[in-house]
Parts: sequence; structure tokens; C-alpha cells
Amino acid sequence: MQIIKREGTSTKQIIMIRLIAIIAAIIVSGIFIVFLGYNPVKVYVNMISGALGSKIRFRATLLEMVPLVITSLGILVAFKMKFWNIGGEGQILMGAFGATYIALFVDWIPKPLVIPVMFIVGFLAGGIWGIIPAFFKANFGANETIMTLMLNYIATQWITYLQYGPWRDPDLKGFAKIANFPDHALLPKVFGIHIGLIISLVLVIIISWFLRRTKRGFEISVVGESVSTARYAGMDISRIIITTMLLSGGLCGITGVIQAAGVNKTLTMNVSSGYGFTAVITTYLSGLRAQRVLIVSFLFAILLQGGSYIQSALQIPQAAADVLQGMILFCALGSEFFVNYKVRFRKNSISSEVK
Amino acid sequence: MNKTYVEMKNICKTFGVIRANRNVNFSVYEGEIHGLLGENGAGKSTLVNMLSGIYTPDSGSIFIHGEQVNIHSPKHAIELGIGMIHQHFKLIDVLTAAENVLLGHSQSVFISNKSRIKSIQNVMEKYGMEIDLNKRIMDMSVSEKQTVEILKVLYRGSKILILDEPTAVLTPQEIDKLFTVLKNLAETGCAIIIITHKLNEIMSVTDRVTVLRQGETVSTLETRKTNIRELTELMVGKPVNLSIERIHSRKGDLLLSVKGLTALGEHNVPVLDNVTFDLYEGEILGVAGVAGSGQKELCEAIAGLYPVEKGDIYFKGENIVGFSPREIIKRGVSMSFIPEDRLGMGLVPSMNMIDNMLLKDYVNQPGITVNRKPAKEKAERVSKRLEIQAPSIYTAIRKLSGGNIQKVLLGREIDANPHLLITAYPVRGLDIGASYNIYDLLKEQKQKGVGILYIGEDLDVLIELCDRIMVLCDGKVTGITGSESITKEGLGLMMAGETLSSIKKGDVVCKS
Repeated sequence: MQIIKREGTSTKQIIMIRLIAIIAAIIVSGIFIVFLGYNPVKVYVNMISGALGSKIRFRATLLEMVPLVITSLGILVAFKMKFWNIGGEGQILMGAFGATYIALFVDWIPKPLVIPVMFIVGFLAGGIWGIIPAFFKANFGANETIMTLMLNYIATQWITYLQYGPWRDPDLKGFAKIANFPDHALLPKVFGIHIGLIISLVLVIIISWFLRRTKRGFEISVVGESVSTARYAGMDISRIIITTMLLSGGLCGITGVIQAAGVNKTLTMNVSSGYGFTAVITTYLSGLRAQRVLIVSFLFAILLQGGSYIQSALQIPQAAADVLQGMILFCALGSEFFVNYKVRFRKNSISSEVK
Repeated sequence: MNKTYVEMKNICKTFGVIRANRNVNFSVYEGEIHGLLGENGAGKSTLVNMLSGIYTPDSGSIFIHGEQVNIHSPKHAIELGIGMIHQHFKLIDVLTAAENVLLGHSQSVFISNKSRIKSIQNVMEKYGMEIDLNKRIMDMSVSEKQTVEILKVLYRGSKILILDEPTAVLTPQEIDKLFTVLKNLAETGCAIIIITHKLNEIMSVTDRVTVLRQGETVSTLETRKTNIRELTELMVGKPVNLSIERIHSRKGDLLLSVKGLTALGEHNVPVLDNVTFDLYEGEILGVAGVAGSGQKELCEAIAGLYPVEKGDIYFKGENIVGFSPREIIKRGVSMSFIPEDRLGMGLVPSMNMIDNMLLKDYVNQPGITVNRKPAKEKAERVSKRLEIQAPSIYTAIRKLSGGNIQKVLLGREIDANPHLLITAYPVRGLDIGASYNIYDLLKEQKQKGVGILYIGEDLDVLIELCDRIMVLCDGKVTGITGSESITKEGLGLMMAGETLSSIKKGDVVCKS
């Protein structure tokens, strides 16, 4: 058996491979569901209807999509530069932290300006969390994967500390929670969905334009492809890495602002709830294209929303729902391998005739 | 006639739409050195890769020692006694020669033991090879490394040796040594296949030569019954004029003056040691030297990409040491360095020609956006001027052939109208026709008054193309000489460390 790299896989082949992967996922998961004692068709129908079946459910799916889209865009600009930012979690939390500070502890800002200021401060706070590993990478060649990962833990502990310590709401006796945001610091709604959805769509357009049409976007691609070529062309690598990570972390920070001010209405650990890691998968599946991030994130939101729906509707245990999600993901990611490589089987006997 | 060791009949191999081999017939006898000659893309590598188990033929049959085989893996090829010596050595730096030879071969847990060393020594004695088995690879010269590679395949019992461009990295003296070893091997009954595009080597070492052109065997000839002219014609398919006409242009003003340039490499070992030279407008200064003698560092230091430890680089009277690469580009210094993998520096492989044209220009455009229109015009202009063969200017550079990639790089640099053009290995791996195109382009630039620093591999070309030649050895300049007053052998000695003054005493190597 040999594994051979594919050259120039055609679009038709790619679509075929993806379709086969999805069908494989459905079949394998179906077998699993049968073993659990459920009817797989019923479970799948419930998953779909749980995610898209009514206006409320569809809204919930969109709300699930928004943080995925924005975080993925943040991860995308870093990945485009081959900077493996897996610190989305930390950057989201720090963004939310910045916004919360403005929402709860700064009272001299005129009320209509509170939300814009929250976004700016959230962007900067997330961005700083992205700049730290970028600085060490650019100046000392530090490994960004480890650093961004470790910064997640620091951010998590920092928020926990605030929640149980200085920012604990004194009005809630015995329950450690940060106070809810005042109304003027909550995101306004359009058609029943907070404006985060609109922001995410605008950001998709902006980032797509940024990467394709601007000088900095061009520089990011060149640095990602070949640092030595970038240096040769006279680009300032350190500056590019640092500003790109400001943008990457900043976008994740915006996710934090939206989740805090639009969904949780305060700062809690739930603000991130794994988006920073899930976005790594969605970004990868999007093939580093901003528009595709939207599609992939939407499909992912269906998976997440449908998964939680079948838990309550069919009393499928959470763990089983997670296994289902895992298997579907496994097939989707596994198909990537077959897009890039093909496996060839052949006989190992020496004497067999050559064609 | 001796026994036939290798016979390949009607071999066909296609990659996508490219027919790399079409009905190739090829055979090698016992005790023979067989040259495989052809331009880039003629199918030489494909052919030997099928022999060494990397590819399998689409159709056709291979016989080894008269028996039909289906070579399905490199391991199987080794079992059949076929040993491939690649152009890029596959050795482990921190291990000794003996450990490298034994690596992957030992069946037991323990690698070094005396009986094994003894058996390696037997192999060396048998073929008259000399090497210090306890020396680490990282302390070895290129030619010693190559000996280890050859020893490795011999130790595995290979009787059929394939050498892929073995002389590319050697000095003329080292090449002679290699050829002596090869002749010894052939006398003891090995069959040797040597791939090269250097015709004089074919003439001096091979018994027979097979010429490939566009995937087909053109002819197999006995070397002593043919000559360079005939081989070239067979290889290219038409008569070619092989001399480079040197243009004498008036020597202009001093353009670049490098004084006492010193730069450090790993472990603070000097990679450039007190390098001093001048370059004038309208002059081609050649740089000769064994690979890794400081050529890359010299190019990069001038372009502002390599840190300078000591010394000055004056460009038009201005010391440019410490300037950023962008400032140096703005002053009209243009560098095109073709690394061994062709794509390492200067181009972005996954981007198309247009974006690659933008690489240095985008920064001069107004505003924050990039305008691809001028780059598109430039891509069209360069591709027309240099006859670049590409499906379109929107094709990723990576998908172009090696020669066309080099044309894109050189074309972009020339299009920027530089004052100083630094070009390293611009014809690396190009076929004859394309190489002469590049030489013409360089000569055209010279006539325009551009100063050219030409880092080359082929000594014949250096002598014919350049006005003066500077020789580097271990980062030191061993001599700068007019190219009309030096021979290849003289350059070879200087590349090995002799100084110009010391070789001038022996008048054999210098023309008067």
C-alpha cells in the first residue's frame, strides 16, 4: 500500500470526496445510534428540525453561528500567515473582559457611546492577548502554538479570579457572579437577533477584501508562504507578524464583546465555551477563505444546535450527542486527507507481470 | 559481449498529460559506465527513478540480470542490487561515515560492532576507496560525503549504481578522483549509470551513452565513436552553436566596492572572510567556488539580508552596510538567487505570475490597496520578452517548469532596470537553449551598462561569459583574475584553496 500526493485534484473530485465523507459519517453514526436503541432516521430528522425547524430554533442556530464566524475570521488571518493561533479562547475572554470593564466600571462615557467604546476596548484587549505571543515569536522565535495555548489558561484563571474576587456582585449573596450589564451596554436587536449577526456578515466582507486587495493582506500571504521571500522583497517581518496578530486577537476579542453583551449579558466563563478551538476546525475546513467561513460556520452551528436539541427532545445523553458530533467531524476532517492524497494498493510479488 | 545487467524495454510513463517516457529502450552491460544524456525534462530522472523503485512504469518491461522484474519499492530495488546515489546526499550529519553506511542495514539492535566495520573496510579495499570511517559527516567535504554515499550502496551489495548529476558540486580535481573510483568499480564488474548534462564528462568517463529527447530514446552510441558536436545535436534536436560570444563593452565607472567584508555563520565561524573586490558598470564579474563557499552569504550581504560583521560595501560611493533590504532595492540593486530548490527565495510558489511581479513593487503604490493592473502588464511584458511558457499568467508559479520559473525571477529583476544585478545560478538545471537565452539577456544588460555579479557553477561558462572571475574558498577570496588569462584547471586549484599567485608559478594552468 502506498500513499501518494495528489496533484491538482479537480473540483469535481473534491466534491465527490466530500459527499462520500458526509455519507460515511451518516452511515457510521447511524450504526452507533442503532446500538443506542434509537431510530437513526428519527434522530437525524430531529437534529435538522432542531436546528432549522422553527423561527426560534433558526435564530438559536444563527446565534451559535455568529461567534464561530468572527472567531474563525480572526484565526484565519493568523493562519494565512502560518501563525498557528490556537489562543482564540483566551483572546475571546480578554475581549469580553475589556468590554465588561467599560460596561460596569466606567460611568463617564455618554450612554450611546458605551457600546462602540466596548467594541474598541474589547478589540484592543483581545489584540494585546494576540500581540504577546507575536512579539516573542518575532523577536525570539518562540513557538506560537505553545504560547497562545498557555495564554488561554492565564485568561481563564484571570476571569475566574475576577468572578470570585474583586468583580463579584455584592448584591448576590453567596453566589459568585459578576453583575449583569446595564441595559445601555447590551447589544440592540434587529429582527429578534442581536446586531452581532450583522457585524459578523460585515466582517466577512471586510476581511475578504482586506486579504485580497490590501497591501497588508498581500504581505500576510507572502510571509505565510515564504518568510525568506518576504525578507528578500524588503518586508518588515516582525511588524507584519505583530500587527496581524493584533487583528487576529482583536477579532476574537470582538467575539467576546458580542457574547458578553449580546448573549450572556455579563462576563462568565461561558463567553468563550470552546469557540476558540472550534474555530480552528471551521477555519481549516474553509480552506482559509473568508466567504467559506460563513458557510462552514453555519453548518457547524446546525450540528451544535441539532446536537443539543436531540438531547432534550429524545433524551439522548449529552455524551452520545457529543460522540455523534465527533464522528461527523472525524469524517469531514478525514476527507481532507483524501483531497490531498490518494492511497494505492498494489501487489507485492516480484514475479507478477508488468502490464 | 559482457552480460547485460539492466535492460529496459519499451518503457512508457505519463504524469497527467505529460508523457515523461515514451517507448524508451535502454540497457547496461557488466563493467560498463553508461551515460544518460538529455536536457531537463528529457526523462532521464523518470527513467532511473523507475529503476530505483520510486516510480513504476505504465507499460514496458524491466530485466535485471536477465530476469524480468516488477520493481515496486526502493527497498526492493536495493534487494535487486540497484543502488542510487542522489544529487542531494541522504546522510546524517552527526553520525560517522561507518554509522551512516550501516544505518538502516543492521538487523540487530546495536549499530556499531567490529565485524561490521571490518566488512566495510573489505568493501573499500576491494574497490580501492579511501575514507576515514570514524569521521563525522558534518566534518566532511562534499566529495568525501559523496564517497560515503557510494560506499553505502556498495556495502549493501549493489552491482548496479546510478549516479544523478554527481559532479555538480565538485571541483575539477574532485571530479577526476570520482571518475577514477567509477572506473575501478566498472573494472570489478559493476554496471554504472551516470546522469549528466555536461558533455565533456560524458566524453571522458563513459563507455556508451544514451541520449534522450522529449521522453524518447534518440540513440545509444559508443562514446569513442562520437563527439560533443554530434551529442549536442542529438540532445537538442538541431545544430547548436556552443560558444558564448563575449562582448567587449567600455568599462564604466566604479559601481560596487566591497572592502574587507566579513560575516559569521553558525558557531561564529566566518562564512565570508575579509572579502574585497570592485565591480564596474558594464562588467560581468564571475564568482566561482565549490557550493557553500560563501556565495549565498555574499549575495545576501550585498542585498542587506545577511548581517555584516565587519567591512564596508560601497554602492556608487555610498556605504550600504546596515541599510534595510528595501532601501537597497530602491537604490537599484537587484538580486536573483536561484537556490537548489529553485523556489526558496525570490518567488512565492503558490502565487501566480502577477502577484510575484508585485512582490517588490506593491510598496510603491499609493494608498493601502494593491493595484494588480501594472503587475499584470509587467507579467505579460516579461513573459513575452523571455518567451515564458505557462498556461497563463494566472497559473501558480509552482506549476511551471524549472526553466520558466527562473525566467520569471530573472525577468522581473531585469524589468526593474537595476544598476547592479546580482544573479546566482541563473541557468541551474536549464537546458542548453534556455541557458543561452539567459546568457544573451545578461550580455544585453551588460551592454546597457549594468554591473553584473554572476555566481556560476559551470567553469567553462564563467570563463566565456565573464570579464573577470573571483574565486571563493571557505569564504576567502583566493584570487581575482581576468577570465582570458586563466584555465579551468587554474580555477579548480583556486577553488580548492590555492592562491592565484601560487598557481601562477606553475605555468600549466595559466594562459600567458
